[in-house]
This record gives sequence, C-alpha cells and structure tokens, in this order.
Amino acid sequence: MDARVEVSKLVKSYGSLRAVDGVDFTLRAGEVFSFLGPNGAGKTTTVEILEGLRRRTSGEVRVLGLDPWTDAERLKTRIGVIPQDFHFFPKLTPREAIRLYAGLFRSTVDPEELLARVELTDKADSYYDTLSGGQHQKVGVALALVNDPEICFLDEPTTGLDPRARRSIWDVIRRLRTEGRTVFLTTHYLEEAQQLSDRIAIINFGKIIATGAPDEIITKYGRRARVRFTGDAALADRLRALGFAADRVNGGVEVETGSKGDVLRVLQAIEASGLPWHSFTTISDTLEDVFIRLVGRLEDGVLPASEKPEAVR
Amino acid sequence: MNLRRVFVYFPAFAKGYLRNPLGLFFSLIFPIILVLIFGAVFASSGSSQVPLTVQNLDHDSPQSQEFLALLNTTGAVSLSFVSPSAGNLSSYLSHNSLSAGLVVPAGFGYDVNHSIPVHLLVYTNPSAGSSSGIVEGAIQGAANGMNLKLAGGFPVVTPTFLNVGSTIYSYIDYLVPGLIGFSILVSPMFSMVNISSTWKRDKLFRQLSLTPLSRGEWLTATLLWYVILATISAFLLVAVGKAVFGAHVTITWLAAPFLIVGPVFFVALGLLAGSVSSTPESAGVIGNIITFPMMFLSGTFFPVSLFPAYLKTVAHVLPLYYVIDGLNNSMVFNNPSAVLTDVVVVGVLAVVFSVLAARVFSWREK
Repeated sequence: MDARVEVSKLVKSYGSLRAVDGVDFTLRAGEVFSFLGPNGAGKTTTVEILEGLRRRTSGEVRVLGLDPWTDAERLKTRIGVIPQDFHFFPKLTPREAIRLYAGLFRSTVDPEELLARVELTDKADSYYDTLSGGQHQKVGVALALVNDPEICFLDEPTTGLDPRARRSIWDVIRRLRTEGRTVFLTTHYLEEAQQLSDRIAIINFGKIIATGAPDEIITKYGRRARVRFTGDAALADRLRALGFAADRVNGGVEVETGSKGDVLRVLQAIEASGLPWHSFTTISDTLEDVFIRLVGRLEDGVLPASEKPEAVR
Repeated sequence: MNLRRVFVYFPAFAKGYLRNPLGLFFSLIFPIILVLIFGAVFASSGSSQVPLTVQNLDHDSPQSQEFLALLNTTGAVSLSFVSPSAGNLSSYLSHNSLSAGLVVPAGFGYDVNHSIPVHLLVYTNPSAGSSSGIVEGAIQGAANGMNLKLAGGFPVVTPTFLNVGSTIYSYIDYLVPGLIGFSILVSPMFSMVNISSTWKRDKLFRQLSLTPLSRGEWLTATLLWYVILATISAFLLVAVGKAVFGAHVTITWLAAPFLIVGPVFFVALGLLAGSVSSTPESAGVIGNIITFPMMFLSGTFFPVSLFPAYLKTVAHVLPLYYVIDGLNNSMVFNNPSAVLTDVVVVGVLAVVFSVLAARVFSWREK
C-alpha cells in the first residue's frame, strides 16, 4: 500500500526529557490511523512535527514525500490540520473564515458547500466567539478542508466536547475517510479510536507500545478468551483436574478458552460433573482492557520482561 | 512576500479590529474626546478674559464710567457689576467664590475733576495665579491711561504685539499634533501588546502558520492597518481642531513620514513587548510601563518647550517626542529641515526595533 507518512526513529527532546523517544510508523493511503495514549504521551509533539510546526531532534520523517520542517511551505498546501485547542479569531464568522483561507490557499472551494458539509450553514454568519465548543471544532474541520488536503491531521478533535457534539465530529471524520482522505487522529478516548480507526498505535512515554487494527491489538496483547459461569469451588477443582485453566473469580468460575472447541468441551465437562451451575457467558478483552494493561502497567513501571510487547525497545 | 496574500488577509484583520468596540474607541474616538476636553479647558484661557467684579460707588459720575470703559477696552477682564447695596465687596467676593474685585470709591468723579488723588480698591486672590496679575495689569493700564489723559499728555512709546511666524499660534495648534502623536502611540502599542500575547496564548499564530500566509505578509497587513488608522485619526483630529477651536494646522506631505514610520515603530515595539512576556497579563504591564511615561512626557498634551529642563532631557530620549516634534514642525511650522531630523530619528528607531521584533517574534516552535 501507498505510504503517505513514514516515520522512523523519531526523537524529540526538551532538555533531558524525551517527549518522543524513537517512534516508527507508517500511514497508508486512505486509512484512519490513531495515536492513542494518555495526556503527555507524546501525541501532540509527534503530530506537530508531522505538520511542520515543530522541529524534530532526530529521526526520519516524510509526509507526502516531503520533510515537514524544511519543506513546510510546500507541505501546508497539501495537508489539513486541526490543532489541539483550536481557536480562531473571535470576531470573524465561519463564512469569513473559510473565505479567508480560500483566498490564502487560492482554493476554489465553494464556501456554502463546505459549510453544509460540516453542518454549519445556520451559523455561517455568527461570530466565532458566539459558537459552541462543537461548532468551534467544526469551523476547524472546515478550515482544514479548504485546500482539499490529501492528509488530515486531527489533534484531539473532541476533547472537552459533550457526547452529542463528539458524535457529530465523528460523523465528519468518517466522511473524510469515505472521501478517500488519509486521516491521522490523536485521542485519549478509547472509544473514539476504536470507532473510527483502521489502525491504532498506543503510545506512552514517547514510545509506541502496540500497533495494529483494534482487533489485532486485542488478540495480540489481550488475555485469551474466557467463559464464565456461576459455580462453586468444587466445580473449579473438577475442571482443573481435567486440565482446564479454571479460576474462582468473584463468586463464579472463569476458564480460559483458546478455541471454539474449548468452549464446547468446558460446557460438556461441567454438565457431566453433575455439580450445580448456571449463567454461562463468554468474555473477551476489550481495547480498554488492553489499554489499561499496557499503559497502566507501564505507568507503574512493573512490566515484566516476559510480557514486554515487541514494539517496546 | 506575496502582496496578494497581504490583501486577502488585510480585510479579515480590519474586520476583527472594527468589530471590537474597545479598540476602535481608543484609536479614533478617545483622541477626539481628548482634543475636545483639553481644547476647551486650555485653548479658551488664552483668548478669554478674567472675570472682575466691580462695585461702583460713584455710579452717576461720567469719570467713573470713562474709567470703566477704559478698563473694558484692555480686553483682559470681563466686568460684572454689583450694586453698592451689596455691602462690603470683600465679603461679597468670598461669599460668592469670586477671586477678583474692584471698588470705585464714592466721590471718584469729584476727586478726579479736582485732581485730588483717589484710591481704587482692588481685591485679588494670590492663589488664582496668573489671573491676579492680569487683573492688576489691566487696572494699572486703565489708570495710567486716565492719568495720562488728565495730564494732557499722549503716549510716546507704544508697543505693538506680534506673534512668531505668520500665524497666531495658540495651545490648540500644539494640541492637535500632540494628540495625533498620542494616536500613533496608543493604538498600535496597546493592540500589538495584546495581539502578540493573547494570539500566542490562543495559538492563533500557529493557526495562521498553517496557511500560506507568511510572517512578513502578516506584519505588512498589520502595519498597513495601523498606518491607515493613524492617518484617519490625524485627519479627524485636524478637522475637529479646526472646526471647534479654529486650530492653525494642516496635514502636508511633510507629515506623511510620521504617519507611516510612527506606527511602524510602535507596532514593532508592541510586538516586542508582547513577545518577550510569558502571559497576556505581564505583557499588559510591560506595555503600560512603556506607554504611559511616553504618553505624558513627549509633548502630547503640553508643548515640551514649557517643561522644566530636567523633564526636557527626559522627553528628548522618548521616541514619541520626535514623532510629535516632527508633526509640529510639519503641520504647524512647515519647517522641512527640522522635519528631516525627526524623520531620521524615528526612522532609525523603527528599523532597529523592527529587526529586533522580527528576531524575537516567531510563529513556529523549534
């Protein structure tokens, strides 16, 4: 697949602090790629380096084949950016803002059509400072699209928005994807990353600790699927005696199941035991479980060497 | 530098400015209010007369009437009369908060006719300052005139009073260029300090840096705006000064350099002050520390020639002094060689500070 962004061994230091500490990733054409991580993980620093707003300390970065720092002038006409904490001039209206950008970019975009695309038509003539937080972000999206960009960089576009406004921004991001644009998204909301992304990189302390499609990450870093049912210790003992990995958890029994066949065999075994049981459910890790496992453990600094994910160097 | 982008951005900046009533008030309306207030307070004192309360106790004599007519022709005092029945004039004056009074004694006409020395009683209030002197001088002058006539003499030595230059300069003629200087100082300084600090906080420079607009283009559009603003303000102030107070000022081409280089200098200074401070609040403080002394000590409200020597020295190191001096030299005295000195001083400062500001003021972060 066609690479739009290529990053290798990217480092950004502020004095002794390494905000970005050797990051590698590739952005493929037409995908939504998310940087997921807690605040201060290095997401914004990375995205600002890609946008040409910040100079890297070392490493290789190519965005649309250009070096974003030295070729910023050429790059900015081909990318769209909604920076973190987007603000605009308080006494300009969305329509004037779009016209200003269209003039600066020499873009032939139709302001009315763009306003409609981000659902701002009825607020087109209201001063920016009278708009809501969600509408502010929509102005940001509209401005990012004025130059018909090949890649859109959205840095925490829904932070601080209410759920309705957040969903409305999500719709806009989905539309960007269907229009064939490549999207680089940073977020600290798991749901957002899971809902929107083709691929995710989980970043913490300036390092990428997991990368892949949400399902791949869960498969790779999550615990194995389990079944859970209500039963007593005797039942758990019986299953262990039969070679299953069974545990008493919260008044129930949980058994690891590697395959679909395992599930069937567990069912047969408990039925054959003659012991009382009910409420049989299957459990698998969500992205959130994985995230907490990876990021939470890293933050405690007790990630055991055997479990250390490959991406961590 | 792409001029097309400068002119694309310019209207957006102008709209943002015009839609903020506070900025517009300080740049255009406030100087007009100042010219009206200061003009009314001070310009009138030159031409108007000191009020003098007269109690004529010899009302029926032609001699007393003649003396008062003489006093009236000095033009220095405006006479108002109280009747003899008002009693003691001194207590009348203090009762009515009046500071100057004259009593023409009873029998004034008889005494004058018979060459008997007669005394006029004059009350003045030393705390009223120069107006006491004006009253004393006027009464003395009228008395001398009357004595000369009674002695059958005629004036041999008479002075003729003329003003420097061809026109009669008054306070308002200094005030109008001074307030144009005020405008040139205040509107770029206050808004550039504000812009460079709050735009930094709100990441608006970062937002602009995502577009093809360059820093130089942004600065050009901004400068253009403040030059236009200063020019509009100058024409407004001259119009009001002329219409209301009959000021003798004209905007000539000699004033043009100051309307351009002045705003350039203060935009650079404001940008510098805002860029070096970490928060909008500290920027505001730095801006005020720079602006206020300059506002009062550069000849904005009063001609520097009236300052004591040590304050003159202070004025001469303030950049605004050269802007206002240049405006005076061009708009009032029409003196090109003096204008040249001022242009050179302001021009050099503008270049130096623009270079400094360009060094310090940055859009991208390293």
